[in-house]
Amino acid sequence: MSIKGKAYIVGIYEHPTRLATDKTVPQLHAESAKGALEDAGLTKNDIDGYFCAAGDMAGLGQLSMTDYLGLKTRHIDSTDVGGSSYLLQVGHAAEAIALGKCSIALITLAGRPRAEGMATGTQPRAPERPMPESGFELPYAPATANMYAMAAMRHMHQYGTTSEQMAWVKVAASHHAQHNPHAMLRDVVTVEEVVNSPMIADPLHRLDCCVISDGGGAIIMTTPEIAKSLKRPLVKVIGSGEAPKHQMGGKVDLTYSGAVWSGPLAFEEAGVKPSDIKYASIYDSFTITVLMQLEDLGFCEKGQGGRFVSDGNLIAGVGKLPFNTDGGGLCNNHPSNRGGLTKVLEAVRQLRGEAHPAVQVKNCDIALAHGTGGSLGTRHAAATVIMERE
Amino acid sequence: MAQAQQPTQQQQRKIAAPPINSETQAFWDAAGQGKLLYKKCAGCGEPHFYPRPHCPFCFSDQVEWQEASGRGAIYTYSVMRRAPVPYAIAYVTLAEGPTMMTNIVDCDLNSIKIGQAVRLVFKPSEGGPPVPMFTPA
Repeated sequence: MSIKGKAYIVGIYEHPTRLATDKTVPQLHAESAKGALEDAGLTKNDIDGYFCAAGDMAGLGQLSMTDYLGLKTRHIDSTDVGGSSYLLQVGHAAEAIALGKCSIALITLAGRPRAEGMATGTQPRAPERPMPESGFELPYAPATANMYAMAAMRHMHQYGTTSEQMAWVKVAASHHAQHNPHAMLRDVVTVEEVVNSPMIADPLHRLDCCVISDGGGAIIMTTPEIAKSLKRPLVKVIGSGEAPKHQMGGKVDLTYSGAVWSGPLAFEEAGVKPSDIKYASIYDSFTITVLMQLEDLGFCEKGQGGRFVSDGNLIAGVGKLPFNTDGGGLCNNHPSNRGGLTKVLEAVRQLRGEAHPAVQVKNCDIALAHGTGGSLGTRHAAATVIMERE
Repeated sequence: MAQAQQPTQQQQRKIAAPPINSETQAFWDAAGQGKLLYKKCAGCGEPHFYPRPHCPFCFSDQVEWQEASGRGAIYTYSVMRRAPVPYAIAYVTLAEGPTMMTNIVDCDLNSIKIGQAVRLVFKPSEGGPPVPMFTPA
């Protein structure tokens, strides 16, 4: 049993806002859903499966959003593992569609951390109720930036990775963002500008960190039959994989991510290799996140990520592996502090041939989207989705 | 680091009190007496951290409290510069095996290195028990 070719992505929408002072989170979800439905040529009442990460809303958020949108569904999913949730949900939606549990699935994301003035990366955040690990972590003030920074520090120590190499990830993203009119940061930056930007949490500088933005997005998925009755280019899911990684009872190893497990699952299901991937959306919460995930997905040898990302190798039209051609989280947006959904959107644009002409990958037939939700420094969920243009 | 850093001689950061529950009361009681505990499984012999009532390796409930020597080495660290008082978060690998999250304190934060030998100290938390941290040995 496989999902290969059994579900198609037929509608996508990225909310254009980056600062939503005059909109609510549910409204951003709804506007995103409406945009994706219009893209697909479907209507709200066609939806019979709804995927909404629990953490995108307070309380029983998925249920409240089902009510708010006025949906009548036969498949409910509130999977939430942080920023990669939407990548897992694409896999779960494909499974549900393959099994006939729903035929038209909606996935939405929305949030407004920027309007709410959230210090996303630097403020230690205590959960509403203590988690089992809380007593052994909260006193030490883990934020987001210093957790990823500890992974970067160890990678530099163990493999000789440099700040300049990590900076190339941001440089590549900025080259792409200059062509995206919605991107929050559109100026092309240099390696020197990245490594000379203020230190946030050693060794991560300000420009190693993604933006804090408001916004949202949505995806519509359906069966092969329905997809072929619609007017959009055909993009199908051919493989997915997901895997958690944690502190392993004290056997902590921050040099790799869960991509070492989620990647092979997705590649095997899809029947393709990293060398077959024409375009990759890689979750870029920080520059180090991209570098490590590329290694773990097998795009280069472990420890060679620094060398792999250098000299423009991730820049469309320049390097071997064009990545995040919308500018990614580093330059475009990071709605709700969660970058997984937008990773799928740009991969679909590439496969449709609808990316900006300056960054469109030629003959883009197979693309990958991958993300890490949670924290590289403690617990995270890795998710990989491989898609093909038919 | 290539660029100049602000002075980071240790200042006092407000340390959040750890949430305590029935699983971890013994750990924090011991911390109040200056002892760092971890758990070791009588079934498979593996030590683990953070401590829990079931071994995360073999799932035996025959897990026993052990006192750590307080010696360890820095596995990795990061100095948070964007904070009212800069501080060093770290993972320290204990001489007994497990690696735990902690802070490195009472030192020049710019002098911290991976692999550095450290020893246990306790620092007061805000309205809670003292918290295990480490300082260069």
